[in-house]
Amino acid sequence: MEKETKAFQRVYTKLYQLTKATVSLKATGIGNEELAIVDGRLAQVVKIMDDIVTLQIFGGTEGIATNAEVIFAGKAPSLKVGDDLAGRFFNAYGDPMEGGEIMGEEREIGGPSVNPVRRKQPSEFIPTGIAGIDLNNALVTGQKIPFFADPDQPFNQVMAMVALRAKADKIILAGMGLTRDDYLYFKNVFDNAGALDRIVGFINTTEEPPVERLLVPDMALAAAEYFAVEKHEKVLVLLTDMTLYSDALSIVSNRMDQIPSKDSMPGSLYSDLARLYEKAVQFPDGGSITIIAVTTLSGGDITHAVPDNTGYITEGQLFLRKDSDVGKVIVDPFRSLSRLKQLVIGKKTREDHPQVMNAAVRLYADAANAKTKQENGFDLTDYDERSLEFAKEYSRKLLAIDVNIETDEMLETAYDLFATYFKPEEVGLKQQFIEKYWKNKS
Amino acid sequence: MNTIGNVTGIIANLVIVETEGTTAQNEICFIKHGDTRLMAEVIKVVGNKSYIQVFESTRGLKVGTEVEFMGHMLEATLGPGILSKNFDGLQNDLHKMEGVFLKRGQYTDPIEIDKKYKYKVLAKQGDKVVAGSWLAEVEENWIPHKIMVPFTFKGEYTVKSIKGDGEYAPKETIAVLTDKDGKEHNVTMVQKWPVKVPIRAYIDKPRPFKILETGIRVMDTLNPIAEGGTGFIPGPFGSGKTVLQHNLSKNAEADLVIIAACGERANEVVEIFTEFPELDDPRSGRKLMERTTIIANTSNMPVAAREASVYTAMTIAEYYRAMGLKVLLLADSTSRWAQALREMSNRMEELPGPDGFPMDLSAIIANFYARAGFVYLPDGESGSITFIGTVSPAGGNLKEPVTESTKKVARCFYALSQDRADSKRYPAIDPIDSYSKYLEYPEIAEYLNKTIDENWTTSVFKAKDILLRGKEAYEQINILGDDGVPLEYHIRYWKSELIDFAILQQDAFDKIDASSSLDRQNFMLQKTLEITDMDFEFDSFEDAGPYFKRLINALKQMNYSVYESDEFKQNKKELENVLNEQKERTSASADEHQKTEEVKA
Ligand SMILES: Nc1ncnc2c1ncn2[C@@H]1O[C@H](COP(=O)(O)OP(=O)(O)O)[C@@H](O)[C@H]1O
Ligand SMILES: [Mg+2]
Repeated sequence: MEKETKAFQRVYTKLYQLTKATVSLKATGIGNEELAIVDGRLAQVVKIMDDIVTLQIFGGTEGIATNAEVIFAGKAPSLKVGDDLAGRFFNAYGDPMEGGEIMGEEREIGGPSVNPVRRKQPSEFIPTGIAGIDLNNALVTGQKIPFFADPDQPFNQVMAMVALRAKADKIILAGMGLTRDDYLYFKNVFDNAGALDRIVGFINTTEEPPVERLLVPDMALAAAEYFAVEKHEKVLVLLTDMTLYSDALSIVSNRMDQIPSKDSMPGSLYSDLARLYEKAVQFPDGGSITIIAVTTLSGGDITHAVPDNTGYITEGQLFLRKDSDVGKVIVDPFRSLSRLKQLVIGKKTREDHPQVMNAAVRLYADAANAKTKQENGFDLTDYDERSLEFAKEYSRKLLAIDVNIETDEMLETAYDLFATYFKPEEVGLKQQFIEKYWKNKS
Repeated sequence: MNTIGNVTGIIANLVIVETEGTTAQNEICFIKHGDTRLMAEVIKVVGNKSYIQVFESTRGLKVGTEVEFMGHMLEATLGPGILSKNFDGLQNDLHKMEGVFLKRGQYTDPIEIDKKYKYKVLAKQGDKVVAGSWLAEVEENWIPHKIMVPFTFKGEYTVKSIKGDGEYAPKETIAVLTDKDGKEHNVTMVQKWPVKVPIRAYIDKPRPFKILETGIRVMDTLNPIAEGGTGFIPGPFGSGKTVLQHNLSKNAEADLVIIAACGERANEVVEIFTEFPELDDPRSGRKLMERTTIIANTSNMPVAAREASVYTAMTIAEYYRAMGLKVLLLADSTSRWAQALREMSNRMEELPGPDGFPMDLSAIIANFYARAGFVYLPDGESGSITFIGTVSPAGGNLKEPVTESTKKVARCFYALSQDRADSKRYPAIDPIDSYSKYLEYPEIAEYLNKTIDENWTTSVFKAKDILLRGKEAYEQINILGDDGVPLEYHIRYWKSELIDFAILQQDAFDKIDASSSLDRQNFMLQKTLEITDMDFEFDSFEDAGPYFKRLINALKQMNYSVYESDEFKQNKKELENVLNEQKERTSASADEHQKTEEVKA
C-alpha cells in the first residue's frame, strides 16, 4: 500500500488526450476522484482505464498544452473546517476570497450520508413572518425545500429575508452562477442586519467558469455538517441557483459523451441532486441542516427535468409568481407545498391552523373557478362575486411576500376575511373553531 | 478456492476487473481497498474481464487493487430476527452500524446469532419433507416463525433426527435430513437465498380469489386489490404516493408489512420508525412496528444497492409467505430502481431502449411482479404476497417506459391525478382512469358478493357509472355555462360529487376516517346510492349546489365519527333531515301532478 502523503505528489508532463472539459494522461497509482492541478487549474479524476487517467478540469481546458504540468494531490476535494469559517466568503475551491488561510481540520467534501436510524424526525417550526409560507407551507428545521420561480422573480431577496428571520445559528450561502450584483446584495443585506459573523459563503459568480460550480454545494454542505454535527448548531444552507448547477452537470456529461436523458440533462440527475438535498437532517442532539434552494424555471414550466427531479427529492416547493390582480409577488397556494408542515401546524401553532389553512385555499380555488367562468363570458353567481373579492384580499393580506406578521395574526386575518365575505357554513370549519374564533368577528 | 482478480478500470461505481479464474454473472465479490472491503456484483463478463457494480463509493480506488470473488450471488439471510428491523438494501442491520454517518465497507449481521429462541418441534423422525416443509417453530415476537427445510434442497428428504422443544440459537443444528441417496444434511434456523431468484417452495399458485382489505374506500370499494395480487400507483411528485403507501402499511389487513424505501427521502423512513412503534395495529392491537420491516435504500445511499433493495425485500416477503403468512409488500418508488438500472446501462455503453432505459426493462419489471401471489404450501396451508409499487413518471407523464412496462403486468392501476391533488381531493386516485382487473375475475366477484353484500358488484359498477356521467355533465356545464344546460345536468354532476366526497375522499390524517371497515364501506355505498337513486327538484341550478353541499357535509361528518356511535347516528339523522326536505317536496309535486292528472281525467 502506498502512503498518501505530500511526498506522494507526482508530476507528469505529457497529456495523451484533450477535450473541452477533460484531459487524459498515462499515470499510475492514482485514486478515483483524486484531485490534481493541471497547468495551475484544479482538476479531478473521473475515469481510470488501465494506465490512462481522465481528469475533469473545473475551469475548462482552454489553452492547455499537451506538455502541461499535472500534479496529483493524492486526495479527494476537501475543505478545512473550523470556527474560523464563520463570517467569511470563499471561492468554489474553498479558498478565502479576501486571501489568507483558514485554521481548521481538513475534511473531504461530498462525504457519506447519515445513517437513517441516527436521524430524528423534524419537529421545530421555522417562522418567517411570510404568511404564504408560515400559514400555508410551514417550514421545519431539517427540511429541504426550493423556491420555484421564473428568473424575473425576486427569489434571492425572499431567500435572504427568510434566512435572516429564521433564527439560524449559521447561514451558509452557496452561490452558483450568482451575478456579482446578487452576491454583493447578499453580502450587504447580511451586513446591514449585523449577521455577517453568522454567515459563511461559497461563491461562484457568472464571471467564473461554470464547471467550478459543481464544487460549491459540496463545500457548503461540508461546512454545514461541521457546525451541525460537531457544534450542534442549527444551520441553514441556501443553494442558489440549482438550475445553473444542473446546467454545469449537463455540460460535463455532454463533454464526456454520456447519453443525455430528458432536456439534455444527465441520466443521473436525480441521484446527483438527491445526494445534495439529502444532507438536510435533524439530529437528536439539536443540530440540524435545513436547505432552502432556488430552482429557476423557464416560463413556469415545472415539467422540465430540473424542477421535476427536484420536486421528487425535496420536501415540497415554494412557488413564486406575480398576482396581476393585486400587483404583488405571492407564494402560490396551489402549486406550493411543504411536506413537513403537518409535523408542526396545529401542534406547534394554534389548533385551528390546519383547518383555517385548508378553508382559505379552498375558497381561493372557488375564486379561481369563478375567474375562469368570468373569462369565458358566463354569468357569475353571488357566491362567485364574493369569492373573487375574498381572493384579492387574501392575496394582498396573506399571500404576498411583503407580509411580515406572527402566525396567530395570520389566523386572525383569515377569520376577518372569512367573516367579511362568507357565512360560516360556506367556509366549513369545525363547529368548535367557529364558536371559539369566529364569533367575535362579523 | 475463490477467484482473485485485479482492478483495471474505474468509472464511477462501475469497475472492471481482470481475472484468470472463473466468475459468474451476478456473483458477489469484494474489493480490498486498504482496510475496507467494498462489496460489488458482477454484471457483465467479457473475456477475462468482469464488469462489476460496486455497492459503495469508489472514491480513492486504484487500478491494481485485489478483488476476491465469492462464488455466490447476492444473498439474503433468512431466519428469526428479521421482523421489525431496519435494513439497508443489502440487508445490513442499520442499528448495528457505528457512528452517525454510514461508513463504506461496514456490513452488519441481519439477525441475532447469539440469541436463544424458544423452540417447538413440529416434524418428527421419519417424516418425509421437501423444501419449505415446516420442521419447527420459534417465537419471533408474536409470530410463530417456522423453521423450514432450506429452499435450496431439491426433491424429497427424510427427517433422520430433530431436536425436541427447548431454546436454541439460530446457527445450532436442529435437524438432520437424509436425501434419497442416503446423504445427511444438517439444518439450522438460518438459510441463505439469492435475492434475484424467486423462492418456489410452494405446491400451487392459483389465481387470486379474495380481496385484501385495505381500509381505503376508493380502493376496496371501487377497485379492490386481491390478496396475492399486484398493483401500482403512478403519480407526479406531491400527488400522494407515499402518504397512500404509508396509509396502506398502517391499515391493510396483512399479517406482515415489508416496506422497501427505494431511492426516496430518508425523512419518510424516519417517519415510519418514529411513528409505527407508537401506533396501534387496528386489528391485532399490537404496535404497528411489530408487523413492519423496512428495507431502506434512500436516495442518498449508494445507487447500485437500490436494485438490490427491492429484491431483498421481495425475498424476505417470500420467506414469510412460506410460513403461511399474509404479507403486504410495498415499494416506493420502483422508478428509482429503474433509474439505477439506466445509470449502469449507460455507463456500460449498452444500446439504450426508450428514454435511455435498458432494453430488457419490461422483462425485469414483469419478472419482479410475478413473484407476488397467493400460494398453497407443502404443509397444506396457504400464504400470500400482495405487492404494490409506486411509479414516479418524469414530468408526471404516464407515457414513459416504467409506467408502461408496469401497466402490462400489474393488475391494479391506481393513477394519482395532479388535478385531484391540487384540489386536495385525497387520496388523489383518479376514479375514471384507475382500474382493478380483479373486479372482472368471476371468483373475486363471487367472493365479494358473498362476503359483503349479494348486490355488491352491481352497486360498485353503478357507482362507477354515476361518476362517469357526472364527469361528462361537468364538462358540458363548463362548455355551455351553468344556465346553458338543463338542470338535470347539474343534478347529475352533484350526484357524482356526492360519491366523490363520501366514498372517494378520505382523510389519511384523521384517526377515524383514515381506515374504513368493509362493513362500513358497504353501509356508506348503499346510503349514497340510495340518495343518487332519488329524484330531486330545484327552482334553479343555483339551489342545487348549496343543497348537495349540505348532504355532503352530513356524509363527511358520518365518515369522521366512529361507526355506529351516537355521534354517527346523530349525523345520519341530520342527513335524513336534509333528505326529507327533498322527499317532501318531490312527493308534494308528485301529488300535485297526480291531482292535475285527475282533474284532466
Ligand atoms: N391522503 C392525504 N390526505 C391529506 N393530505 C395528503 C394526502 N395525500 C397526500 N397529501 C399531501 O400531499 C403531500 C405529498 O404527498 P406524498 O405522498 O409525499 O406525495 P408523493 O409521494 O406522490 O410525492 C403530503 O405531504 C400531504 O401534505
Ligand atoms: Mg413520495
